[in-house]
Amino acid sequence: MTVAISAKEIISQLNTKFPGAIEEAGADSVLVKSDSLLAVAEYLKTAEGFKFEYLNYITAVDYYSYFEVVYQITSLESNRSVVLKARSYTRDNPTVPSVTGLWQGADFQEREIYDLMGITFEGHPNLKRIFLWDGFPGYPLRKDFNQ
Amino acid sequence: MEISSDKDYIYTSSELDYQEGQLIEEVKASSRESIQDPDAWLDEELKRNILLTSVDWVLDWARRSSLWTAICFPACCAFEFIAAEGPRFDMSRFGMEILRASPRQADLMITAGTLTWKMAPNVRRIYNQMPDPKWVIAMGACGISGGIFRSSYNVVPGYNKIVPVDVYVPGCPPRPEALIYAVQMLQKKIAKAKVVPDLSELPNPLRKGKK
Amino acid sequence: MTTTRELTLKTEPFVLNIGPVHPSTHGVYRMRCTLDGEVVVDIEPVFGYLHRGIEKLAEERTYTGFIPLTDRLDYISPMSNNLGYCMAVEKLAGIKVPERAEYIRVIMAELQRLANHCIAVGSMLNDAGAYFTPFMYTFRERERIVDLFDMVCGQRLTYNYMRIGGVSQDIPGEFLPALHKLVDRLTIFIEEYENLLKLNEILLARAKGVGILEKDTAINCGISGPVARASGIKWDIRRNDPYSIYDRFEFDIPTCENGDCYDRYRVRIEEMRQSLRILQQAMKQVPKGPVKADVPHLIRPPAGEAYAHIEAPKGELGYYIVSDNSIAPYRCHIRPTSLINLAALRQMVKGWKVADLIIIFGSIDITMGEVDR
Ligand code: SF4
Repeated sequence: MTVAISAKEIISQLNTKFPGAIEEAGADSVLVKSDSLLAVAEYLKTAEGFKFEYLNYITAVDYYSYFEVVYQITSLESNRSVVLKARSYTRDNPTVPSVTGLWQGADFQEREIYDLMGITFEGHPNLKRIFLWDGFPGYPLRKDFNQ
Repeated sequence: MEISSDKDYIYTSSELDYQEGQLIEEVKASSRESIQDPDAWLDEELKRNILLTSVDWVLDWARRSSLWTAICFPACCAFEFIAAEGPRFDMSRFGMEILRASPRQADLMITAGTLTWKMAPNVRRIYNQMPDPKWVIAMGACGISGGIFRSSYNVVPGYNKIVPVDVYVPGCPPRPEALIYAVQMLQKKIAKAKVVPDLSELPNPLRKGKK
Repeated sequence: MTTTRELTLKTEPFVLNIGPVHPSTHGVYRMRCTLDGEVVVDIEPVFGYLHRGIEKLAEERTYTGFIPLTDRLDYISPMSNNLGYCMAVEKLAGIKVPERAEYIRVIMAELQRLANHCIAVGSMLNDAGAYFTPFMYTFRERERIVDLFDMVCGQRLTYNYMRIGGVSQDIPGEFLPALHKLVDRLTIFIEEYENLLKLNEILLARAKGVGILEKDTAINCGISGPVARASGIKWDIRRNDPYSIYDRFEFDIPTCENGDCYDRYRVRIEEMRQSLRILQQAMKQVPKGPVKADVPHLIRPPAGEAYAHIEAPKGELGYYIVSDNSIAPYRCHIRPTSLINLAALRQMVKGWKVADLIIIFGSIDITMGEVDR
């Protein structure tokens, strides 16, 4: 059974390792400051005892006042999973660091979010629209998209 | 002559993407109106003499009895089309079976699936590449009007915005029987086509400038 | 089989466009291949020719009204899509599904896996060059499975059968006897098929050792399903995170070591056997009772978010739904199995010939409806 690690278990370890990186700890998710997302993700991927080496999915949600990017990562050995979140508070050019360097599977998914939600992933090797064409007006999955 | 080594004649992929985007916008802008059904002539009074009618009959018989299909399978309906070709329904009983990967060898396009704006220029290109005479069957609700996806931002509301359609098959997806029936309808339609042109409509080489 | 990677004659690399309309791309997939002679140097996939905006359409429909759209995601296995979505909403709203409905769901999901693997195996061999002959065999069996679906919901492709809290209607009386017959028949069919193909010289030459996917790459790319299991990852959500009632059945998770096309083919055949095992156990145990929980037509799940995933025939299919306590989802993200499984394609095809590219692509088994959504 995949055990979703409750945020509490992870938080204390993360807090000692990265002081100030945790913005908020939900019931089953950890909200990380977007500039320290990469470091936290790398730690969770490689550190002994965690080894979250499998990225289930990435998605993004538009909450009007901020964009939230959601990552679920799983450890195949210990069969546990955790949800990471990062936020971007601007609407003009929201930016989140790219995790393609850690998980190659993030490539297409980040491009998809860039295409449909308009979130730029810094450090992505090939960030361009994936489903729609160059010059499509707007980002369809945003809540204020008008056809 | 020396061939320059820098390959500026090869487009980079971003340039190709840009060109594709331009093409899509062009097609999108020019496809606001539906293309008229090309079968207005069906009701016309047939004014042909006996000899030509018989020639017509022979040519039409040849045309309708071996329809070759171009591959244009964007989405779900394709599976019902394959089922219609497959072992149980076996469409080849009706003189219609061969799938052609190249549109240049085909004379029928069965548009099995949703058409998106990104795909629209390609479908039009396939249609233009098919040699005359050619026919189109719009399969499924998506092919007719956009169907369940009509309100989406990327779906063309019906193939008749892009290519002229001869026969529409409703259903989401249509059952293979419905598709076979549509092919038979198309065959009936082809049987009525006037192949040999009316002599009075031909340009007369003796009287230049006039018909 | 060996590949000659060291070429004696170096040629200028050139770009070949495959797709979007191509008989072997399983839909409207397109790749720009850079070739050196006939050897693939690099590919760049281009998506989006079937992007129908399903995630956006979800936001303007009710929770129940979105179920028909899930059918059209992975249109080779609509039942699994239905199941995943309904499970996500049930998780969000805390709905308990009646026992009989759970059994019906498992039966449908496993039948769907059989039908999907029939297509996957058939079309992979189709890509290997056996033009339509193996496909006809597998399609013949798929038609029989589709007949059963037709019996329960009256549709051949887009079933729209599951509902939030159960299934739309009870199975008819003649369903279980027909299922019994089908399971017997499929057991024989798989044997027959294996005999024809297992030691087939051409298949071995074309598929063995071709398109190897290393285990580490597979994990790093997030590959799931039969493709991952062929690379030696023993990961099956039915076993690792049991949903519905899968913890009551006995079945094995077939894995292989090499991760080549032949292994992917073998894992699928073996999975079909395991599905039959589950079906044999499930159809004996189906209890009596209601098939749908008492759920209102307009569901308003409490505000929050939920992610439910299932082992769809192609891999991990998940739905991430955010609710704001209204009648429509605030956001519905679909974890696209096929898109993520394509992430490793680039590494897999490098150094192989164009003809191998086609069979490697075919062995991943994707559906464009799910890739582009
Ligand atoms: S009509 Fe229905 S089955 Fe056919 S392509 Fe459209 S959605 Fe799919």
